[in-house]
Amino acid sequence: MNAPVRELSYSQAIKEAMAIAMENDERVVLMGEDIGVYGGAFQVTGDLVERFGTDRVMDTPISELGGAGVAVGAAVTGLRPIFEFQFSDFAALAMEQIVNQAAKMRYMLGGAVSVPLVMRFPAGSGTGAAAQHSQSLEAWLGHVPGLKVIQPATPHDVKGMLLAAVADPDPVMIFEHKLLYKMKGPVPEGHYTVPLDKADVRRQGRDVTIVATSIMVHKALEAAGQLAAEGIEAEVVDLRSIRPIDGETIIASVKKTTRLICVYEGVKTLGVGAEISALIAESEAFDYLDAPIVRLGGSETPIPYNPELEKAAVPQVPDILAASRDLVRGAR
Amino acid sequence: MASEVILPKVDMDMATGKISKWFFSEGDTVRKGDVLFEIETDKAAMEIDAPADGILRDVKGGEGVDIPVGAAVAWIYGEGEAYTGAASPAPAALEAAPAPAAASPKAPSATVSAPGAQDGAVRATPLARRLARDNGIDLSGLAGSGPHGRVVAIDVTSAMTTAPVPVAVASTGPAAAAIPDAVRAPNDALKHFAEGSYELQPHSSMRRTIARRLVEAKSTVPHFYLTVDCRLDALMKLRAELNASAPIADGIASYKLSVNDMVIKAYALALAATPEANVSWTEEQLVRHRFVDIGVAVSVPGGLITPIVRQAQAKSLSAISNEMKDLAARAKAGRLKPEEYQGGTAAVSNLGMFGVRQFAAIINPPHATILAVGAGERRPVVDDTGELAVATVMSVTLSTDHRAVDGALGAELVGKLRAFIENPMSMLV
Repeated sequence: MNAPVRELSYSQAIKEAMAIAMENDERVVLMGEDIGVYGGAFQVTGDLVERFGTDRVMDTPISELGGAGVAVGAAVTGLRPIFEFQFSDFAALAMEQIVNQAAKMRYMLGGAVSVPLVMRFPAGSGTGAAAQHSQSLEAWLGHVPGLKVIQPATPHDVKGMLLAAVADPDPVMIFEHKLLYKMKGPVPEGHYTVPLDKADVRRQGRDVTIVATSIMVHKALEAAGQLAAEGIEAEVVDLRSIRPIDGETIIASVKKTTRLICVYEGVKTLGVGAEISALIAESEAFDYLDAPIVRLGGSETPIPYNPELEKAAVPQVPDILAASRDLVRGAR
Repeated sequence: MASEVILPKVDMDMATGKISKWFFSEGDTVRKGDVLFEIETDKAAMEIDAPADGILRDVKGGEGVDIPVGAAVAWIYGEGEAYTGAASPAPAALEAAPAPAAASPKAPSATVSAPGAQDGAVRATPLARRLARDNGIDLSGLAGSGPHGRVVAIDVTSAMTTAPVPVAVASTGPAAAAIPDAVRAPNDALKHFAEGSYELQPHSSMRRTIARRLVEAKSTVPHFYLTVDCRLDALMKLRAELNASAPIADGIASYKLSVNDMVIKAYALALAATPEANVSWTEEQLVRHRFVDIGVAVSVPGGLITPIVRQAQAKSLSAISNEMKDLAARAKAGRLKPEEYQGGTAAVSNLGMFGVRQFAAIINPPHATILAVGAGERRPVVDDTGELAVATVMSVTLSTDHRAVDGALGAELVGKLRAFIENPMSMLV
């Protein structure tokens, strides 16, 4: 019983997922700045306010701390809110609500309540939005037990994972790379879910494992295509979730290929790649490593405004190509 | 922090190298960029610079000893940095051959144990360690082919497929596995000879490289051969005239052309006029070269090497001649840089000076052809009028990689070569 599949953009897939969730469950509400008549900073909610009315698509004041607090309270008291940040950078303003309240409340109250909250964070660089609107802060939230933190890379996954997030009893943080919004891909009609804790092997290979997150999955796949022409078979693992991390899939892949490259846009130091590297070093896969682990992460700088510098500040396809060639040919 | 001085990899297939000379000794102050030592590979000598400023300590790479790539041969301590003496006894194996400490009955003195950090630990990847552990292989007996001499999985797996030969340098990667047993296990051959009737000479790294590359070439490249005779009289006459008219500066002629210089030029022009034959075969595609780079076989003590005359098709005879003199002299002195002998699109090998009439040479990939040049000698010939005459004739044999160049194309190439040699003025225009 396969649902018909169409091509949708990443942002259309998110909107469709939210609409389905709202139709299926009247407790689902949308909250965020300018998500109503304006349609959202990246036009993701679009005309949903016309379909569901202002009681369920609520514009919040320009106060992330306040809006996030309302969302947490609504979740605890019976609604299933989906809260949109205009930019993930503004999570900094709402940290108290996310880290100290949403993530802790079930634990602090001995399981008496849960916080079925979804937060959406437009993230990443590449739009010329400069240092305060271009960060990849997912590792911050990935550090907090009590949260689930996901980074879907395709329209298919973002719809299925968002629907899984809405159904989840705990707070789920979705980091959506801004450059993905216009990317198209096949999306089944109707309701389906994609698990929140499983990585996906996007391409099989035997020579090197490239674990990538979000938009880096697409760069890794592009690099893998070019590497194949050179006789290097790269396996591309789309991590999809950074809390929890699907260690099983990564470990199996590294045991097969004996080499690991982590590619992520967040700042390299203390980032997702550090966690994956350590996970492999601590695991049974350690004894299968035939080369040092390589991390390709964002540079140790604020994201520059200058478009060329902005590109240079995060890993690009040539960086993945060079690292893969060096590793497989024994140059590092 | 003290800086490690390692034996660097200066040549693609290099597994070990010898330090031929140290320019500083223990305790000397060195500056970054000073020439620390000279290293001798199978093909050339290269000078290695100091990586940092400071005091040279723990010099343990002995002169003339085979040292694995990546092994630490010394340390440079910063000025004022505490030096407490060698952290551990320097591995005796890195010392020169007669050192009594190295006189282990099993290990030949000219080899060393695997490279390691200063504490003597072996550098190896986790996978290599596990494979070695699971298969009872001693990592310290392996030469690592990875960066800094790191032992990687393939070093262990090739050691597993090789007979338990104590000489570590024999097993360096997949190439070693491709060498037939007869080459790899000489001890089997010894049973045919009475004890005391021979002496054993260890292979130099150049000999090993020659053996490996030629076995590879002759067993993987389908050779065929085309021989033609070239009348040499016109070329000899032109050569004499050109040499006689060479400008003299400070009592020295500015050039002195040899027959071989003219053959190099003629072959380069023939290839330029037959671009379909100026190619290299690879499994993926045919490489069509824009320029003609001719490797010229030069005999050196202990082997041979082919320095390359780049873009020979565009160079004058005097330029080729003077370049060859320089390359040959430095080849014999072991002072060619890798880029001066690696690559090339075709080759010339000349044994004419030894009176050899004709021979067939082995192609040196990535070349698709090699021209074997015999002696110019007086021979009876039948001239255009049907009369018997005496002429100076030189036989040349073209070896061709049939994967890249077919018979008719090879014949066209060798025909053009003969035309240039028999009408040498055409090389000047």
